[in-house]
Amino acid sequence: MTARRPLERLEGVGMVGVLAVVSILASLFVDNFFSWNNLVLSLGLAVTSVGIVACTMLFCLAAGDFDLSVGSVVALAGVTAATATNATGSSLVGFGTGIAAGGVVGVVNGLVVARLGINALIATLATMQIVRGVGLMVSGGSAVGVSSESFYSLGNSSLLLPTPVWILAGSLTVFGVLLHSTRFGRNALAIGGNAEAARLAGIDVVRTKVVIFTLQGAMAGLAGVVSASQMTSGQPNTAQGLELRVIAACVLGGVSLSGGVGSIRSVIVGVLILGVAQNVMDLLNVPTFYQYVASGAILLAAVILDRVKRAETTS
Amino acid sequence: MSERYLEFAAISRSFPGVRALDGVSFGVGEGRVHALLGENGAGKSTLLKVLGGALQPDSGGLRLGGVARRFRSSREAILSGVAVIHQELQLVPQQSVAENVFLGRLPVRSGLVDGSALYAATRAQLEPLGAAIDPRARVASLPIAERQLVEIAKALARDAKVIAFDEPTSSLSRREVEALFGVIRELTRRGRVILYVSHRMEEVRELCDEASVLRDGRLVETFSELAGVETQTLVNRMVGRSIVDVFGYRPRTFGGPILEVERLEGPGLTASASLRVRRGEIVALFGLMGAGRTELLRLVYGAARRRGGRVCVDGIEVSGRSPADALAAGLVLCPEDRRREALLTEASIQENLCLSGRRPFWIDRARETAKAQRGLERLGIRAASLSQAVRSLSGGNQQKVALGRGLGEEPKLLLLDEPTRGVDVGARSEIYAILQDLAATGVGVLLATSDLSEALGIADRVVVLREGRLVGEQSREDATEASLLALALPLDEGLGVAV
Repeated sequence: MTARRPLERLEGVGMVGVLAVVSILASLFVDNFFSWNNLVLSLGLAVTSVGIVACTMLFCLAAGDFDLSVGSVVALAGVTAATATNATGSSLVGFGTGIAAGGVVGVVNGLVVARLGINALIATLATMQIVRGVGLMVSGGSAVGVSSESFYSLGNSSLLLPTPVWILAGSLTVFGVLLHSTRFGRNALAIGGNAEAARLAGIDVVRTKVVIFTLQGAMAGLAGVVSASQMTSGQPNTAQGLELRVIAACVLGGVSLSGGVGSIRSVIVGVLILGVAQNVMDLLNVPTFYQYVASGAILLAAVILDRVKRAETTS
Repeated sequence: MSERYLEFAAISRSFPGVRALDGVSFGVGEGRVHALLGENGAGKSTLLKVLGGALQPDSGGLRLGGVARRFRSSREAILSGVAVIHQELQLVPQQSVAENVFLGRLPVRSGLVDGSALYAATRAQLEPLGAAIDPRARVASLPIAERQLVEIAKALARDAKVIAFDEPTSSLSRREVEALFGVIRELTRRGRVILYVSHRMEEVRELCDEASVLRDGRLVETFSELAGVETQTLVNRMVGRSIVDVFGYRPRTFGGPILEVERLEGPGLTASASLRVRRGEIVALFGLMGAGRTELLRLVYGAARRRGGRVCVDGIEVSGRSPADALAAGLVLCPEDRRREALLTEASIQENLCLSGRRPFWIDRARETAKAQRGLERLGIRAASLSQAVRSLSGGNQQKVALGRGLGEEPKLLLLDEPTRGVDVGARSEIYAILQDLAATGVGVLLATSDLSEALGIADRVVVLREGRLVGEQSREDATEASLLALALPLDEGLGVAV
């Protein structure tokens, strides 16, 4: 039928096309958008936290779960890293401690969700609050400053590209390979697609999920450490609402909320679309109030588009 | 001949790459039961979806009582008096039977749901079906057979003029089938128009007055009187070639025991179960609905937790703690409900064929493609490409994908649960041939079935389950319909039931 044609065309291009069109328009009409400083320093650095956490959120979503605790974990990892650095005098120990703290939260999430069979939404909503509280306890409620120079280097050094952007690129590569080319990644997708089928095919569903949540915690910890280093201190109130931005980015790129469908390309595209939109609005000095509305509208438009596409292909 | 109330006029519908319906025209008169026959993927389901308003035809249309209709939604079809009872039931499992029967039309008194009227009306709908179902029971708590009856009661409650049944008996016992046929005959006396889809030819012969055969989306032939038409003729029209013997049984020689189950106990079994399967042997596990076939297979496989007993494969004990252990020992289970328990419907054929807990950590794409390609060819799966999503395949091809994954594990013993349910004649005979080829290489097969002809036709030995216990076994030579049924039927109704 003729009415379907425009949508079919859109489907072929997909969100990559949307990203390309938006970027080209922004380059043409927004001053300073298409510049090294803006694209690499502003845009690149702005998406590192969301991007790093999205790498593993992709696995959570693929397996049919969520993790809402990641924002709190970012804060906890930051203050833990700062505190540990101050206590031991070694930034390396500090970074390790921060990431490990995230990993511990991840293990707990994983065990509660997979072993006890508690709904991931509820379980991680609970740990989100617990972890935020623990972060405040560790820091005494205020920013933990660090005097060690080496602590800043992770977030503020640069080798062609800023170090955080390298870390993001590395994370995307590692988790992309994990998802697409290893048994672990295929099993995660299989569990989200049909958990009972996966179990009967001999996949250890519980262990796979625990590993996914543990990695998610550790990656949120990594994002927390990087962001603390950028800010030169551990901030207990940072990254509020990060979990929703991460999930939004994944879904925007085409990762299914109901599990079983996802790719690293989706994550990259989703993160970049949200990042470019944010960046353009900043450049145009759009007031924050409007930015919220715009971000929400973009997400809503994307999922509606996805819904329509799906209805077309499955009918 | 009576006036044709329902007319399909040159209906065509395409999907990307497939012409699902191609100019299909036929009619069904009032008071007639019209069989819609064809292999999986012939277009039967698509035609029912068009009838039910779930799909719109690209061209052509349908007429009801001489009036052209074009349903844009299921709701419009329902309001015009059309009810389509799909294989996958459209019920709300969390709600009561009564709420489902009157879904969307609950009787109301002064703004509140009138409970007593609701339950009384529901009872009145269920009674003629011969079903003793409590209208207050939650649908989720009912066995599948009773859910099916609830779905039928829902259509009756809407007083539909045209009722289409899509394989309604696939999960019903013989007695329930009899009751359903009684209801359908009563409906024809009241001038209803019935469209009946089934793969079971005996049922079609027994119930239907006329038939249309579809193949590859085209109408092959309409028989306006079924009496006098040979079943073989119908089957040949469906498959487009002659199938002389669906089973094609070939005698084999057997080796030593490959599966030894000793005093196995667990959920669904009322007594401990012991049985053996030899190398190269196909053993059927026959029983009626609820006899514990699925439960026994799941216990052997370790998908359900056993309470006692042991399982040995090739002389080595299997822990029974998880399917992964069973798989490592050489056991493979192909479950009954393939959509729920076997397939990743959104994923590709290749991914489904290669899914396994035993994959190497690093996935070698080229090797998996080769493996999937072998599976595709071995099972004769008809698909455009390996990357096609499984949900777009017909039921028979989906079943072959599920089977293909199991075979890809190179099992020593294959556990199959109703491997040909909902699968057409052509694909069935292919699956039987594959199983026999497999057995000829020394693999053991334990095949659970509620289809008597399947148990008799393909098995070297039949083990009978009744009410959760093994009650006997018969060799291929000794087994007859009567002897197996005598074992399988509950004692209080063991006599006088014809099949």
